[in-house]
Amino acid sequence: MNVSPLESPLLASDDEAVFTPRVPRVKITRLTKRFERRGVIRALDLELFPGERVALLGANGAGKTTLLRILATLSRPTSGSVSIAGHLTHKAPDKVRAQIGVVAHQPYLYEDLTAEENLRFFARMYGVADERSRIDEILFMIGLISRRDDRVRTFSRGMQQRLAIGRAILHRPALLLLDEPDSGLDREGARVLERILGYQRTTGGTVLMTTHDLRFGLATADRVLLLENGKIVLDAPATTLNEEELDERLSSR
Amino acid sequence: MIVKGKSSWASSLGMVLGLLTAITMAIGMYLGLVYAPKDVIQGNAQRIFYIHVPMAWVAFLAFGVVFLAAILYLWKRALIWDQIARSSAEIGLVFTTLVLVTGSFWGRPIWGTWWTWDARLTTTLLLWFIFLGYFMIRAYAGDRGRAATYSAVIGIIGFFDVPIIYESVNWWRTLHPESVVSVTSANMPGEMVVALMVCLLGFTLFYLYLMIQKFGIERMKDQLIDYQYALSEREAEGVTTA
Amino acid sequence: MKGGLAKISMIIWKDLLTEIRTKELFGGMLIFAVLTIITFNFAFDMTGTGKEASGAGAMWVAFNFAGFLGLGRSISLERDKGSFDGLLLCPVDRGTIFLGKFIGNLLFISLVELISVPIFAALFDLNVFQPLLLLALFLGTLGFAAVGTLLAVMAASTRSREVLLPVLMFPILLPVVIASVRVTTLILTGQTNDVGAWLNLLGAYDVLFLAISYAVFDRVVEE
Repeated sequence: MNVSPLESPLLASDDEAVFTPRVPRVKITRLTKRFERRGVIRALDLELFPGERVALLGANGAGKTTLLRILATLSRPTSGSVSIAGHLTHKAPDKVRAQIGVVAHQPYLYEDLTAEENLRFFARMYGVADERSRIDEILFMIGLISRRDDRVRTFSRGMQQRLAIGRAILHRPALLLLDEPDSGLDREGARVLERILGYQRTTGGTVLMTTHDLRFGLATADRVLLLENGKIVLDAPATTLNEEELDERLSSR
Repeated sequence: MIVKGKSSWASSLGMVLGLLTAITMAIGMYLGLVYAPKDVIQGNAQRIFYIHVPMAWVAFLAFGVVFLAAILYLWKRALIWDQIARSSAEIGLVFTTLVLVTGSFWGRPIWGTWWTWDARLTTTLLLWFIFLGYFMIRAYAGDRGRAATYSAVIGIIGFFDVPIIYESVNWWRTLHPESVVSVTSANMPGEMVVALMVCLLGFTLFYLYLMIQKFGIERMKDQLIDYQYALSEREAEGVTTA
Repeated sequence: MKGGLAKISMIIWKDLLTEIRTKELFGGMLIFAVLTIITFNFAFDMTGTGKEASGAGAMWVAFNFAGFLGLGRSISLERDKGSFDGLLLCPVDRGTIFLGKFIGNLLFISLVELISVPIFAALFDLNVFQPLLLLALFLGTLGFAAVGTLLAVMAASTRSREVLLPVLMFPILLPVVIASVRVTTLILTGQTNDVGAWLNLLGAYDVLFLAISYAVFDRVVEE
């Protein structure tokens, strides 16, 4: 599927997605992460492109969360480089941070603030220009308009997760990182997630999500990566993969 | 091969240094305990001065080295600077303890008390606490990167703090002058100065000798961890290329 | 820099709002301060001569201990819930985060002092409402908050944080304690000639340690 920049169509119509040239959104080069005595990521190379939805699978301890944290600039690589939206994480971390949105296991929310106040806080931190309208838009998208003035402490886990997703896309990031987004989501949340993933794709955003649920991964993503012992051992379109084979591969470790 | 034994030139340097230290200290001890005249006011008890003062010098020298190494570690992130810093800090802690103890033993016959809150003693006591904090945060920090970073911060802050402590205790004391403690009498006879200088040199060499030993050990500790890492990597390779 | 200022005020706003709603920190700190002051009343003779010195000491011990409480808990809460990572994810200069936290802590502790000082003045019949004394109070608190914020963040990610923070802070804070108590005593007893020098010392200390803490914070929160 190697399309050269000269061949890829640049369409301007509203109905179709705009294909940008095949410049990677994320470029990871020989990434290594070591925690004193043990290595977690080993000389990993990876490229992610705009509009892609990528599922990162792997057994527990394979390094999925570590990789996500490094991409999120929360953790420094031991060696190697990571470039996101044209900026190197060790050279221009703040420029990178402005381009990424993260949904993790912890909601990264302030429980004693209301939903709206949380969004206002992060909108200010990210320098979102159209703060007012953007917050309204997000609240509507995640279905929490009616609860905007309620403190997050009163929210269920599903609602908190939805607000966390809203927080993550507030600043229209080019890269969305999701750590096991399927866990902790209620039905409404799953719908919200699907809506947002679709929205990311149409705006040319990239999505990388880790998950334990193979079915979810294969159903939601178009590209599947398998992380094993800190290396990518499988990188294929979701359509070419079989759930049973994958399951066997994972459980045989 | 990752694990290297101490290089031979370091061993030779260590031995030469050790020899020099032993000789200089021996001369210094002779000069201080026998050659130098008995102090007019304090008598023979004053001779502890030839150990106490050099030890204080070493304590502060060690701290200065910690400060420089700490800055370099925060800047360069290379573990060698942390190895130097923590080696010097350990030596510094030991010598600071000795200074406080010898100071006490000196003070008892001279001032009649084990302790007094003058600027020098108070500053030394607080230096001891800074060293303590240095090691406490290392112990509780978790991984070695954090331990190194956090203790480096303590080293840097502490270094700027020490002169400020000294000054503020001094100022405070001018309003509460208690027994004026003179460490050295106004004009030290030439023999005393010579003895002191030799002892200072001896103790400095001793510090360098200890540093080489300690640094070598700390370096090996880190190399051991590197070796364990390399081993686990090899095992992982074996699994993946199956 | 304008963006930075907005972000700093946002961090302060967030912390203040949280504190107003939960009243977790403030209540504890205030009770602690008042209890300490009352205890000192029974420990020292607060009626005769020399009560100014004892009073100055009592006041500063009370504020310092209350300060430790406030610093430690505010940072721990955020780290435990993982919301600190949420802040680190934002494109905010780490120094800016430090300033936001520092000013927030400064405000908290100052608020506790604002309420404790009149109580103190009333209980011990000492006129503490003098501009130089309040200035000393402010400068001392500033130094405390600057170093305290940095060390609290360090201690918060370790195992024994409540014990560690005071041990770390004690030697660093000593000059501030000496200077503040001395200035307070001098002003209360009307001997104001040396006060200027002490205030200068406090000011220099504040500038120095604020600068160091700001510069170093980036490395401290790194992983």
